[in-house]
Amino acid sequence: MLKIRNLKVSLEEEEKQILKGVDLTVEAGKVHAIMGPNGSGKSTLSYVLSGRDGYEVTDGSATLLDKDLLDMEPEERAASGLFLAFQYPVEIPGVGNMTFLRTAVNGQRKARGEEEMSAADFLKEVRAKAKILKIDADMLKRPVNVGFSGGEKKRNEILQMAMLEPKMCILDETDSGLDVDAMKLVAQGVNALRDEGRAFLVITHYQRLLDHIKPDVVHIMADGRIVKTGGPELALEVENNGYADILSEVM
Amino acid sequence: MSAIKDIDVKEGVDQETVDAVREVGGEYKYGWNTEIEMEYAPKGVNTDIVRLISDKNEEPEWMTEWRLAAFSRWENMQEPNWAMVSYPKIDFQDQYYYARPVSMIEKPKSIHDVDPKLLATYDKLGIPLKEQMILAGVEGAEDAPTTPRKVAVDAVFDSVSVGTTFKDELKKVGVIFCSISEAIREYPELVKKYLGSVVPVSDNYYATLNSAVFSDGSFVYIPPGVRCPMELSTYFRINAENTGQFERTLIIADKGSYVSYLEGCTAPKRDVAQLHAAVVEIVLEEDAEVKYSTVQNWFPGDEDGNGGIYNFVTKRADCRGDRSKVMWTQVETGSAVTWKYPSCILRGDDTQGEFYSIAIANNHQQADTGTKMVHLGKNTKSRIVSKGISAGVAQNTYRGLVSMHPKAKSSRNYTQCDSLLIGDKCGAHTVPYIEVKNNSSRVEHEATTSKVDDEQLFYCRQRGMDEEEAVALVVNGFCKDVLQALPMEFAMEAQQLVAISLEGSVG
Ligand SMILES: Nc1ncnc2c1ncn2[C@@H]1O[C@H](COP(=O)(O)OP(=O)(O)OP(=O)(O)O)[C@@H](O)[C@H]1O
Ligand SMILES: [Mg+2]
Repeated sequence: MLKIRNLKVSLEEEEKQILKGVDLTVEAGKVHAIMGPNGSGKSTLSYVLSGRDGYEVTDGSATLLDKDLLDMEPEERAASGLFLAFQYPVEIPGVGNMTFLRTAVNGQRKARGEEEMSAADFLKEVRAKAKILKIDADMLKRPVNVGFSGGEKKRNEILQMAMLEPKMCILDETDSGLDVDAMKLVAQGVNALRDEGRAFLVITHYQRLLDHIKPDVVHIMADGRIVKTGGPELALEVENNGYADILSEVM
Repeated sequence: MSAIKDIDVKEGVDQETVDAVREVGGEYKYGWNTEIEMEYAPKGVNTDIVRLISDKNEEPEWMTEWRLAAFSRWENMQEPNWAMVSYPKIDFQDQYYYARPVSMIEKPKSIHDVDPKLLATYDKLGIPLKEQMILAGVEGAEDAPTTPRKVAVDAVFDSVSVGTTFKDELKKVGVIFCSISEAIREYPELVKKYLGSVVPVSDNYYATLNSAVFSDGSFVYIPPGVRCPMELSTYFRINAENTGQFERTLIIADKGSYVSYLEGCTAPKRDVAQLHAAVVEIVLEEDAEVKYSTVQNWFPGDEDGNGGIYNFVTKRADCRGDRSKVMWTQVETGSAVTWKYPSCILRGDDTQGEFYSIAIANNHQQADTGTKMVHLGKNTKSRIVSKGISAGVAQNTYRGLVSMHPKAKSSRNYTQCDSLLIGDKCGAHTVPYIEVKNNSSRVEHEATTSKVDDEQLFYCRQRGMDEEEAVALVVNGFCKDVLQALPMEFAMEAQQLVAISLEGSVG
């Protein structure tokens, strides 16, 4: 599904290398987790994959379903099935959540040459999916993320994911700011989408999310590289001992 | 189904916005020209031309005199230069002041006699099908239950009015809706009493010129206690080359009446600038309420700043009667130069004036627009919400006056003025003038300037919108307070216009 080879990325503004050769392969149907100390480059990786401005790829490649990701506009990547649940979801004043979602869904459909979703079908689907995530009608009408609590914003990201039905979902610290119940809702939302044709890359600091979303593979990222890859037990090791042991072992 | 529609309109951009953007491919949509044989008066303006216009409209002597008096004033006036706009000097003698389709020389006896090419023009402008049928004189069209809401249309093509729909139905409730030239002939007492009573002949350079040479426009009278049963609407179209359009609109809302009036405008693409100097006067008697909405989409000139409409407009409402209320809503997306300050004279006690505005300036456009709220009566209230959007190398100025006179005790004004910049070569300016001459009144002014946020655009694009959809969505969100003040059909159109007029402003 997602293949990243020796990806090296610097900031456009200043001479600073942040990703120093990332190698990562995520197969369809799998859940991969990335853990790693603050500032190790996890969010940067997700931004570079989704096409945010401000980064310069100096080496390496990234493909989604064998298509060159790095060559595409952000919206083309989205239409090809890439979704990023933001660590810090963005507020858009004056734009209703529902309008935003519908424009996004139809934007992707059009880009793929598919029929647009009718207003009636859209409403039905969005209501059903919102209900599962306990997002009420009021939140659907309010402007995108404006005045949402931290947890509400994260649930809203998952609603968007559920509506867009992407193939490759990257979740950047979706668990941060969630209370215990909200965490379960989000995990349910994610698990409901787990599917043969879909893969997840879950960026997190905590084992507790991985209790609910069981990963197949866990990677440790440090200083711009994937330094260790293992099974679910690797996350437990981090939880118990921190990164010190792992880092001293690989450095 | 209708509930779904409501959601679309209220929440910002909908699908149609996006379709509209695609469809026009970034070009001005109404830029075609209608090949119709025209009759012109000779170029330039002088007393002969003024007499000729008056004569063509078969006006009574008093009207001719009124025009001539205005003309002799105008000859001694100077073009104002205080606005933050700059443009090549206009040669007022190099314009045609009167142009009409030859087919209109014999006033059509009924709508059946109107040239089909004219009707085809209005069709292209998207005047709703039903009005089309009526304009085209289709038998029984008035009774066809095709549209849920009726809008009566007066269509002005260059200098003359080509037809007004639903006239008879309006007449049944006593509402007069016709061209101003017809009103001068048919209702001279009303016209004499009110014309120039809100915008005096001597008001300003462009208004004085308009008083001398206005060729047509719309006239509305709503009798006491009548709630106008449908929206009234005028479409202005400048077609002929080198022709100024000087229309004059007079709306009289008698005691306790209500009307919602819509104005839409377009013009073909020409590489020479064209002049538009309209005057709108609204009279409100006791307890009357008028909503006046404009979606102005004159040709803005090309990307390099050639051509476009120079729009110098004087719009004013006089809340003469106590408790009367007027609301101006405008979406200004077109014109090369805009000079426009719809104003409210809050003369009666407890009167209210509201002004909601979206002004978009892209490429080389220059907009200097705002409002005047003149509080004369006690307990008067005004509210101003202005959203200015600048892109390209455009300059956008909000200029607003709030004046509380000594007798305007316990009056209030609230002004909110937000500017949004797209790119870093454009400018936004806010010039508030505030005068308070009593100590029981309150004036509040809030202003913000912001840039379109890259984070917002990236967020939208990550979800699958292209850059232009993303900008349109964010900007429509920024304008939401004003879009909501528009009647529903206009809100849709306005959203599309916002998207279209920002084409090419990013990337
Ligand atoms: N635009 C930028 N300007 C300067 N430094 C940047 C910029 N973007 C990222 N960095 C730096 O790159 C490094 C990686 O940041 P990134 O946000 O990817 O880390 P992270 O692994 O997601 O951390 P966290 O766990 O705290 O979310 C950090 O040192 C950060 O300060
Ligand atoms: Mg991060």
